[in-house]
Amino acid sequence: MNYEIVCGIETHIELATRTKIFCGCTTEFGGEPNTHCCPVCTGQPGSLPILNQKVVEYAIRAGLALNCKINTRSHMDRKNYVYPDLPKAYQISQYDEPLCENGYIELDSGKRIGITRIHIEEDAGKLIHENGYTYIDYNRSGVPLIEIVSEPDISSAEEAREYAEKLQLIMRYIGISDCKMQEGSMRCDVNLSLRKPGDPNFGVRTEIKNINSLSFIQKAVMAEAERQADILDAGGTIVQQTMRYDEATNSVAPMRDKENSDDYRYFPDPDILRFCIDEDKIEEIRASLPELPFDKLRRYVNDLGLPEATARQISRYRKVAEFFEGTLAGGASVKNAANLIVGTIFSHMNTEEEKELFAVRISADQFAELVRLLDEKKINYGVAQGTLQKMLESGKSVDEFIKPEDLAGISDEELESLCREAFDANPKAVADVRNGKDKAINVMFGFIMKKTGGKADIRKAEALLRKMIGHD
Amino acid sequence: MKARIPELAKRLRSREISAVELTKAYIEAIEKLNPTLNAYVHLTFDTALEAAEQADQRLKEDDAPLLCGIPMALKDNICTDGLPTTCCSRILKDFRPYYDATAWEKLKALGAVLLGKTNMDEFAMGSTSETSCYGAPLNPRNTNYVTGGSSGGSAAAVCANLAVYSLGSDTGGSIRQPASFCGVVGLKPTYGAVSRYGLIAYGSSLDQIGPLANSVKDAAIVFDAIKGGDKRDQTSVDYDYGSSLAECLDRDVKGVRIGVAEEFFDGINPEIKAKIEDAIKLLERNGAVVENLRFPALKIALPVYYIIACAEASSNLGRYDGIRYGHRASSYTSIDDMIVKTRNEGFGDEVKRRIMLGTYVLSSGYYDAYYKKACLIREEINREFDAVFEKCDVLIAPTAPNTAFPLNYRGSGPVEMYLSDICTVPVNIAGVPAISVPCGEDARGLPIGMQIIGRRFGEATVLQVAHFYEQSAGKVLGDYEGGAGI
Repeated sequence: MNYEIVCGIETHIELATRTKIFCGCTTEFGGEPNTHCCPVCTGQPGSLPILNQKVVEYAIRAGLALNCKINTRSHMDRKNYVYPDLPKAYQISQYDEPLCENGYIELDSGKRIGITRIHIEEDAGKLIHENGYTYIDYNRSGVPLIEIVSEPDISSAEEAREYAEKLQLIMRYIGISDCKMQEGSMRCDVNLSLRKPGDPNFGVRTEIKNINSLSFIQKAVMAEAERQADILDAGGTIVQQTMRYDEATNSVAPMRDKENSDDYRYFPDPDILRFCIDEDKIEEIRASLPELPFDKLRRYVNDLGLPEATARQISRYRKVAEFFEGTLAGGASVKNAANLIVGTIFSHMNTEEEKELFAVRISADQFAELVRLLDEKKINYGVAQGTLQKMLESGKSVDEFIKPEDLAGISDEELESLCREAFDANPKAVADVRNGKDKAINVMFGFIMKKTGGKADIRKAEALLRKMIGHD
Repeated sequence: MKARIPELAKRLRSREISAVELTKAYIEAIEKLNPTLNAYVHLTFDTALEAAEQADQRLKEDDAPLLCGIPMALKDNICTDGLPTTCCSRILKDFRPYYDATAWEKLKALGAVLLGKTNMDEFAMGSTSETSCYGAPLNPRNTNYVTGGSSGGSAAAVCANLAVYSLGSDTGGSIRQPASFCGVVGLKPTYGAVSRYGLIAYGSSLDQIGPLANSVKDAAIVFDAIKGGDKRDQTSVDYDYGSSLAECLDRDVKGVRIGVAEEFFDGINPEIKAKIEDAIKLLERNGAVVENLRFPALKIALPVYYIIACAEASSNLGRYDGIRYGHRASSYTSIDDMIVKTRNEGFGDEVKRRIMLGTYVLSSGYYDAYYKKACLIREEINREFDAVFEKCDVLIAPTAPNTAFPLNYRGSGPVEMYLSDICTVPVNIAGVPAISVPCGEDARGLPIGMQIIGRRFGEATVLQVAHFYEQSAGKVLGDYEGGAGI
């Protein structure tokens, strides 16, 4: 039988603030266990939380980038539950007054996935099970998180993946998180139910917890939808429960409940004052937001005329896009700049992280100088690539590698005599061209380039050669 | 004769006595009396003597602070770096924090000499200090009676002259009521006036640290020293009181409008009522204007207090699970089992009762009927206080409806004990300041306290009226013999 997938995603994202949400401890990843801790983030008696204003600011950035309404009045709540990784036996979170509400993410298809809410909260510590003992590392306790809750608008595994991928991209772009799913700085919980097409009612849903890669999101949705469909087809009913996706077997199985407390006894945290956010502050944050990746992509394709694939590769990484745009500002042409970035610079960057970091040793201006030489045909593409290589290795400017005399290069007389040499040395190619095999002319170009170290103006050379061949 | 801070400060500066000698005198008195009174539960004599030596060095300079070299005590729920801080609970037995409470840090920086940590109701939950895991402190004025609570040890230590002053904490009357029972002065400052950092939480929106002392002036001096905003406590306020409150006490009460609300006198022991009325008459004779007011929300304040305090407590006390600090059950089968056993062994009955009550009022299905409603009524109580303080400058009421209970008195059960907080809890609910000053004693010679309540950050007026009363009333209590002979 055919079912419609109804899926919503809750995403936890660790914010890249320097310090934790309620104390001055560092948020740095790793570190010896329990070295990034203090009385506050280990819940020592008598300690009190101080809300980090940067966290509020970062959450507002996320809200604005996801088209949310920002609540100007908000407060923190306590979510009470007992677990050894939670040192106060409550998590400071937000319950009925989240910072942001009612946003959306637009998929490539134009479909919008609603964002119900974004709230701020603290992360818990980490349990490490070893040699029959359980150890607790509180380094992560108090690291700021935002939880982004989507509407159940997602109706396929592909949409689920695209939603998460777009979310990740936007969050990285606005600089509030590195969103590394492997390291846990972005974690997704998928809620999923099935219903018959056209049925206005929702089916019973399950929640798949802590999925840690984009492709697993897609696979988990598929696996869970199949599992539920099988049950429904067999006349069974779905049990509302928490599931875990096992990547090894590509299957979804119920998780052992860690705590049978679904009553969190939320109440406003008396230690943290209600807070108000100035409209001015919101506008200031809005003004500081960068152009988002999809707006860039659209602009690169529509206004700059880049092919979509290239535009996508460049707009995907904020630093790359900024470098690209800096190069254009330096007077370089769109096409050459884009091709050199994607073709040459990216060939040094094997991972997403490297592209994300885009740690190049030259500035956009230095790069623009090189591209301009190519644009003005003072060098050809091969030389541009080779020079760029050297520039990237040394961090030095183009004039270190290409001297003015090189560019002044070949006089018309010299070029003419070179062409003559090429013509004389390649009778077969000449004959081939004359017989309609036009590509054979490349043999003569190669001869000339080799002799000149690539410095010859190939268009001029072509004109001269064709004249000699009598084929112009 | 009990020593007062200004007089001791003078004697320390004139070298009539050194801080070490003064400290030794208190140590001697504690060693003599504490085995009976049980006012202190942890003694810190070694560090006290070191602090006294340093104070003596500092007292050679002209600008040594007033509190330099003065021996004092802290309630056992105020964190002291490296020294026991147990809330008089088995669950925190042997707990030594590695940080100081802000209030203590401030006093320490002024050269205060800490003699020890004082007895209290377990986690400050109680009105007699009898829920302490170390056993109850005894009322120095009559050891057959309780000290009151929860800051009973702090009141007893000051009363018996085993400390010049002490700090307590007040969530629903825990400074004022024991001050009243022991015949000392106790000030509950405005919520936010003193940092709560390092005060082990009971009811976070109600808790406030304050001084207990043998005079209003001493209480004012200590309040001056501990007040102020703290970047480690978001609920603290850096209120500008203008100047030192202790230096502005000498005002008369001409034209001061004193509010008297009959609800505060309903069901009050007649002996107490009479003494408070005498005190009000004295103020009136000296030019104060009495305004008769109504305070209808008083009766509802008590359930509101117990709902809010217990709700917050149930959350605040969740952290005592035996994992990071404090008591841990010795045998268990799993982490869950360990937590359950630890808490079962570690907490006393009253604490368990309040945790259960608080858990219940926050549970889904009951939240709206209890916790949420209590919060709404809290706002109504705030409005009533606002209305009252439009008509008067201070409100005068008994501190407690009764004098000290006999030891082990249980009455008809916990609710009767809760009822004895009726006069003090509205003050915490509204976060306003109030002081308890002795105003006489009952037929058995047990002290009676008068409560003077002010508007938010109105400590100056509260202290001025209290000081004026104390100075004009003269001797209202019988002499207390004992304590440090200095």
